[in-house]
Amino acid sequence: MSRSSRHRVLPGFRLSLGFSWFSLGLIVLIPLTSLFLRTFSLSWEEFWGTVTTPRALAAYRLSFGASLAAALANVVFGLLVAWVLVRYRFPGRDVLESLVDLPFALPTAVAGLTLTTLFSAKGWYGQHLEALGIKVAYTSVGVAIALTFIGLPFVVRTVQPVLEEIDVDVEEAAATLGASPWQTFRRVLLPALFPALLSGFTLAFARALGEYGSVVFISGNMPLRTEIVPLLIITRLEQYDYAGATAIAIVMLGSSFSLLLAVNLLHRWSQRRLEARPGA
Amino acid sequence: MPLALLLSVAGCSRASGEASSDGALTLLNVSYDPTRGLYEDLNAAFAKRWADTHGQRVSIQQSHGGSGKQARSVIEGLRADVVTLALAYDVDMLHEKARLVPADWQARLPHDSAPYTSTIVFVVRQGNPKAIRDWDDLVREDVTVITPNPKTSGGARWNYLAAWGQALRREGGSEARAQAYMEKLFRNVPVLDSGARGATTTFAERGLGDVLLAWENEAFLLTREVEEARFEVVMPSVSILAEPPVAVVDHNVDRKGTRAAAEAYLAYLYSEEGQEIAARHHFRPRSETVAAKHAARFPALKRLTLAEVAGDWRRAQATHFADGGVFDRIYAPRAD
Repeated sequence: MSRSSRHRVLPGFRLSLGFSWFSLGLIVLIPLTSLFLRTFSLSWEEFWGTVTTPRALAAYRLSFGASLAAALANVVFGLLVAWVLVRYRFPGRDVLESLVDLPFALPTAVAGLTLTTLFSAKGWYGQHLEALGIKVAYTSVGVAIALTFIGLPFVVRTVQPVLEEIDVDVEEAAATLGASPWQTFRRVLLPALFPALLSGFTLAFARALGEYGSVVFISGNMPLRTEIVPLLIITRLEQYDYAGATAIAIVMLGSSFSLLLAVNLLHRWSQRRLEARPGA
Repeated sequence: MPLALLLSVAGCSRASGEASSDGALTLLNVSYDPTRGLYEDLNAAFAKRWADTHGQRVSIQQSHGGSGKQARSVIEGLRADVVTLALAYDVDMLHEKARLVPADWQARLPHDSAPYTSTIVFVVRQGNPKAIRDWDDLVREDVTVITPNPKTSGGARWNYLAAWGQALRREGGSEARAQAYMEKLFRNVPVLDSGARGATTTFAERGLGDVLLAWENEAFLLTREVEEARFEVVMPSVSILAEPPVAVVDHNVDRKGTRAAAEAYLAYLYSEEGQEIAARHHFRPRSETVAAKHAARFPALKRLTLAEVAGDWRRAQATHFADGGVFDRIYAPRAD
């Protein structure tokens, strides 16, 4: 909402903005600054040495790779779930609707334990997958599955309202003009949904990067193979190496922030393009 | 899975509280995972004795979790009256990082402030199908071993040092050959849980691994009380003398005015009654009379001291667990 907007229920712009900066500063900026300060006890060489050990590099690869895979999977599944929830009325819909939010509410450690039980060699899923030669628990596949679990609600909940806004008429109009279902999806629905999908993707991705609780159980925590970055940070803390822990945290923070910024810019650009479309 | 196990795996700890509306005293004991049952019994017994001798009600709150994590909470301000942790290194950090205890804390109570001891033993599946008898069997190609990550778990550091110590002794003191043993051992470890309880879950509930390295008390808890028919304890010929230490947190008891009770509480651990309770929970008592009474619970085995295995905790930490130490070298990227 811009400064010039007419209806302002909340008190004036200056007060609101001032308070926004103040509260964000207090609960986001100051903690993050103190994080940076803690690494100042390290020299540049020590910092660089800490954040580029082979174990750290392997952990970045796993954390970013598995988070990316999970967020992409969530875009597909999340879109599908949102579609079913918006476009159909069926028995059990309310249950499905609440089920979507469950990963938000569940302590992630419980999710991790449960998933590990299911996917371990003796678990309900694991025993069948194992028979096919697929190992999930204690591999990077397991990590990606845990991250998909915790990220799903983000895509569903960002896509759903947008999908509700799109009239079925638009799809019918496309159909009467001779568009195939695939064409309708690709040319009519997807462009309109793209910004929401991108937001959902970003949120799921960001959430996955920071996830710890559910992953430590299913990953097996093997150095160089299935260690995620947050575990590495905890490992440093266990050695009372606060500076080393924050050094890795800062690399993580820096890269996620740049990534999120990039996706937000992309989001803005696609939104503008969407609004500029004739007839949109 | 029982809820208690779930909660303990999640590392949950009960919150502290010292408010006393009725003149009752509250102590907070910050401990590590495997002592939960032990302190439930000890606390009740001590509260009764304190009420008898001082006419005052005392309630002792317990907090359990990974030993290092617990120590960090205290360093960062959790108002523990006493700490009862897995390794002396964690208590040393209370001094080094926050001056909560004096440097000589370990000399204040008998037996280097460790009222009971333990050791590291093997748990195998019923009938011992892989015929695991001693450390040599753990590096066989057909055996998988479950042990938590020594970088994130105090208990795992005892496991690790037990394996290292016996290897060092067998290999004639050659560190290079002991390291070769450790490399083979950890090649057989398919999962590194972050804590001892997590490793127990992996072995017992998920059915992973042929042998679990565990604290003796946890091993007997698992085989005698929880899963009687499914597991067996195997005593290796040699292991380590694990000495989990206890300490009053001076800074906190002086601020809260609980020093007398906190000191009495730790002294109680050394009393015949306290030793008896420790023995019942499969912690090896220091008292010889109590130990003699419970001899059947504690099969004999040679226990190497930390000094024989790695000097002291500071050296153990630097040699094995710090960055670039032996544990890191075990996992150094290999050509294969």
